[in-house]
Amino acid sequence: MSNIPENVKYTNSHEWISEESGIATIGLSDFAQDAMGDIVFINLPAVGDAVTAGESFADVESVKAVAEVFSPVSGTVESVNEELLDNPALVNEAPYDAWLIRVSDISERVELMDAAAYAQHCESEKE
Amino acid sequence: MKLLFEESRPGRGECLIPVCDVPEYALDPACLRSSAPRLPEMAEVDLDRHYTALSKETYGVNCGFYPLGSCTMKYNPRVNEAASSLPGFVQIHPLQPAETVQGALRVLYDTEKLIAEITGMDAMTMQPAAGAHGEYTGLLLIRKYHETRGELAQRTKIIVPDSAHGTNPASAVMAGFSVVSIPSNPEGGVDLQALKNAVGPDTAGLMLTNPNTLGLFDPNILEITKTVHEAGGLCYYDGANLNAVMGQARPGDMGFDCVHVNLHKTFSTPHGGGGPGSGPVGCKAFLAPFLPSSRVREENGKYSLFDPEQTMGRVRSFYGNFLVVVRALTYILTLGRKGIPEASEGAVLNANYMMKRLSEYYTMPYPQPCMHEFVMDIGPLKAETGVNAMDVAKRLLDFGIHPPTMYFPLIVHEALMIEPTETESQETLDAACDALIQIWKEAHEQPEMLHAAPLTKTITRPDDVLAARKPILKYLFDEN
Repeated sequence: MSNIPENVKYTNSHEWISEESGIATIGLSDFAQDAMGDIVFINLPAVGDAVTAGESFADVESVKAVAEVFSPVSGTVESVNEELLDNPALVNEAPYDAWLIRVSDISERVELMDAAAYAQHCESEKE
Repeated sequence: MKLLFEESRPGRGECLIPVCDVPEYALDPACLRSSAPRLPEMAEVDLDRHYTALSKETYGVNCGFYPLGSCTMKYNPRVNEAASSLPGFVQIHPLQPAETVQGALRVLYDTEKLIAEITGMDAMTMQPAAGAHGEYTGLLLIRKYHETRGELAQRTKIIVPDSAHGTNPASAVMAGFSVVSIPSNPEGGVDLQALKNAVGPDTAGLMLTNPNTLGLFDPNILEITKTVHEAGGLCYYDGANLNAVMGQARPGDMGFDCVHVNLHKTFSTPHGGGGPGSGPVGCKAFLAPFLPSSRVREENGKYSLFDPEQTMGRVRSFYGNFLVVVRALTYILTLGRKGIPEASEGAVLNANYMMKRLSEYYTMPYPQPCMHEFVMDIGPLKAETGVNAMDVAKRLLDFGIHPPTMYFPLIVHEALMIEPTETESQETLDAACDALIQIWKEAHEQPEMLHAAPLTKTITRPDDVLAARKPILKYLFDEN
């Protein structure tokens, strides 16, 4: 059973997002990191880049596969978690602490789920 | 095994350089290095033994069964090697005047004609050095097409199904496009409605493998290519799986505008460490003016080189991996019009034979008859016994069989993708099925053993996560 905390929201492509004072913090859910397996490389955007709701902003590479990470919001990258570039394993160890990017100037959002709806979504994907 | 650097002893194995018989030339001192390179110093006999020992640890199609899905590891006939070793091919220089290399130019010309016939294309380039390089070249053709029509700024998206080879989206991004991924339908083909929703005035093209990576021929192929064409996009055929339809069906007739083929897969040239590869790209006549320079033409029995009018330029030095083309031509001429379709029939028959025998034990997520390869889902076995696709693949090594492609395509989470090819006998296929059935039984009886497999190899389970996270890519002299 994956860890689905209630203090963040989720996308159907398995990103989590929390918003505070106009800044969105975005990461990968526990379900996503578990499905990927050991993550060995993360390619992040640069500060100042534009991100678009529903479009890819980063690549995550594990020994099994490479996957894209989709932005839940449109806006401007305010900061990136540079720690992950040296130590991508942090996403496996603590997916809700290891945020990927923070976004400001938020204009648009994809449809988001709360923890209960996301738990159901994960169940349906397992089948 | 020790590294060459560890076997090195100062002063051993000095080269005997003959007396210089040309005038000496003083190099610019600024170009000279100040210290000697730290090369290993060894006697020839020890160097020979080092590499012979290494060669005994490797595995190739000459050692045994190699059912690596989507890689078409067929046997490479020796006659190909004989042809490509002929002095007239080996001892020529790419800058020789055309009139002195007519035979080599004819090889390029004839191979182009034959592969264009097999794929249903009008023109080809032999330059690309491998499959992904061919994809990139094909996408540059699509780019040039939209550019000359003034639509490049608008047509930015390449549509790729979620079962595609990973190189497809990568090549599209390298060629400056963005990628739209569309889902597969329950039968494993392209979801037509999803495709219709995805196409539009921003569509540059579609990249598709047919049969796809599940080993399934898409019955809607004509409607798929028509949908993309009606939206103003072009259709690219990834020829990685051409071995399934070679001589039976042509990408050009399915509605594709350009293709690449892998000579090192379909046309029996060396592959996997032994390469180099070769990924010729074919196209319909309307794209031919954009092909890379140089191409070969024939007039009154004389062959010469020319640049297409609106060429994209070179994508590789000279004429591609020429000796690989010689091998492919030898293969095509050896099989002939009758043998080419027989080869693909054998490939499809062998895959279905294995799939049928194994389906009594393993789960086949797409149980309909397959083409040249099929995908097993180890998910149910994992749920029951804890043994995953990696464990099954590693255990196969103990039976002297190269593992299938693992964890691909991505839409099957515990995938093992098996492509036996046409060059394997029934006895070889049966031995592989027997091994996989025994592993299935072991998974139920002694799963711990499978987690530790392989049990008989020099290297058992290398730490691939550590290797990817902290790779050591050079010898550290001062720490050893």
